[in-house]
Amino acid sequence: MAHRTPLYQHHVSLGAKVVEFGGWDMPLQYPDGILKEHEANRKGCSVFDCSHMGEFIIDGAADVTGLDRIVTQSLNDQPVGSCRYGFALNERGGTIDDLIVYRLADKKWMVVVNAANIEKDAAHFRANLKGLSVFSDVSFSTAKLDVQGPLSREVLMPLVKGIERLTHYTFGEFDVLGEKVIVSRTGYTGELGYEIYYPWSRASRLWEAVLSDRRVKPTGLGVRDVLRVEVCYPLYGHELSEDISPVQAGLRRFVDGTKDFLGRAALMEEEKGGPVQKLVCFLSKSRRAPRQGHFLYTADDVQSGVIASGTFSPALGVGIGMGFLKKEFTSNAKEIIFGDTKFRERAELGSRPFYKEGTLKN
Amino acid sequence: MEIIEHFLYTKEHEWVSIEDNTGTVGITDYAQQALGDITYVELPGVDKDVEQFEQLLSVESVKSASDIFSPVSGKVIEVNEDLVDDPSILNRYCYDKGWIVRIEISDADETSNLLTADEYRNYLASLDRNDNGESLEE
Repeated sequence: MAHRTPLYQHHVSLGAKVVEFGGWDMPLQYPDGILKEHEANRKGCSVFDCSHMGEFIIDGAADVTGLDRIVTQSLNDQPVGSCRYGFALNERGGTIDDLIVYRLADKKWMVVVNAANIEKDAAHFRANLKGLSVFSDVSFSTAKLDVQGPLSREVLMPLVKGIERLTHYTFGEFDVLGEKVIVSRTGYTGELGYEIYYPWSRASRLWEAVLSDRRVKPTGLGVRDVLRVEVCYPLYGHELSEDISPVQAGLRRFVDGTKDFLGRAALMEEEKGGPVQKLVCFLSKSRRAPRQGHFLYTADDVQSGVIASGTFSPALGVGIGMGFLKKEFTSNAKEIIFGDTKFRERAELGSRPFYKEGTLKN
Repeated sequence: MEIIEHFLYTKEHEWVSIEDNTGTVGITDYAQQALGDITYVELPGVDKDVEQFEQLLSVESVKSASDIFSPVSGKVIEVNEDLVDDPSILNRYCYDKGWIVRIEISDADETSNLLTADEYRNYLASLDRNDNGESLEE
């Protein structure tokens, strides 16, 4: 049976449509629907239950523990109180997971990973860290609420005193309803937003407190996917996988090539020769949405790639998608065509992000 | 859940309203609710020939795509162009302004394969009893 977050009953009583995602029963959407949830996030404030995601704590220096070799981002120069996005790679340069590293103290780290990968990642970390005592998986005692949207700061100010000091991709320890917890200014929607890490057993109180502000709307995984595609963020299993490297996904900037890390040799080799496929972002000429598993085609109807993610974009009023274009087709593509066995639709390449009015850095 | 008494229905949640030899076709209240916010309708070409229960067109909601099947055999004689620019009509007025196509019916006897309003209502009730929270997401 699928896992349930500490807020599962809240979702059910709000009338959410619940689906399994990454081994978890999660709210896909609430009764008002994805379009209303989209508007809440882009114009107001929305809250996501992200308690399914994984959190690891690593005690010790990055080089001594071996953490520095497991992740691709640079850790030595990472300030305490900041977050950095990056990857853990396999020996082929493929992606074991994408993750965010929080530097909690000079020699203490939190690593946040995808729900579906918790077990796999924990095994990988345990195998590659020096000494098991340094690692703890706190995923099942840590709930997480993502409060996102242009009004999120204003909404959280009474609950998280001093939150206004947080700049993009930093975090602090705050007293929230009597608990000392981590709040970071991070998110997955392209808007101003925060993630609150909270004790599992007390998560209901926080959920109710956040929603007691009538400006806040509960939002589900359906709109979360729409929002992240609108700003071209990758989702593991779509734009990244054991067979897809950060170089193919256009995420090379989150890899510090000057340090040693697992998968480095293969990744550098791939970068030198040019990856076999490259992620492109494209906009449909109509409201028709590309879908994962559909294909990209040239004007001559030659299959040139596969679609990784796609959705209708409420912000732009057209279908949008991300897909991998095979190497031999990357040079001359400006206009592309997507479809499957039943249809073809014209599209044009777009620049990241599709949605450019996000309040992320406000 | 709204059901119109004199319409006929399919188990795939399409409706047809028959006048003389013409069937007006759409999706039911149950279908539009299950689909969620509808964002795209792929209309068939006028003159397209369809068989009963064959795929007629597809509709998309934000996160999924679904095939719509024809309740009757015949030839498409008119399509609702208003749905192209505003597919949300299907969510708001699924039984009137949200009609999708009109079909010239080739075999009137086939309507015996369709459900009456009462039968459709009972069918929905049986689905409710078996509801496992199935997702429409791909």
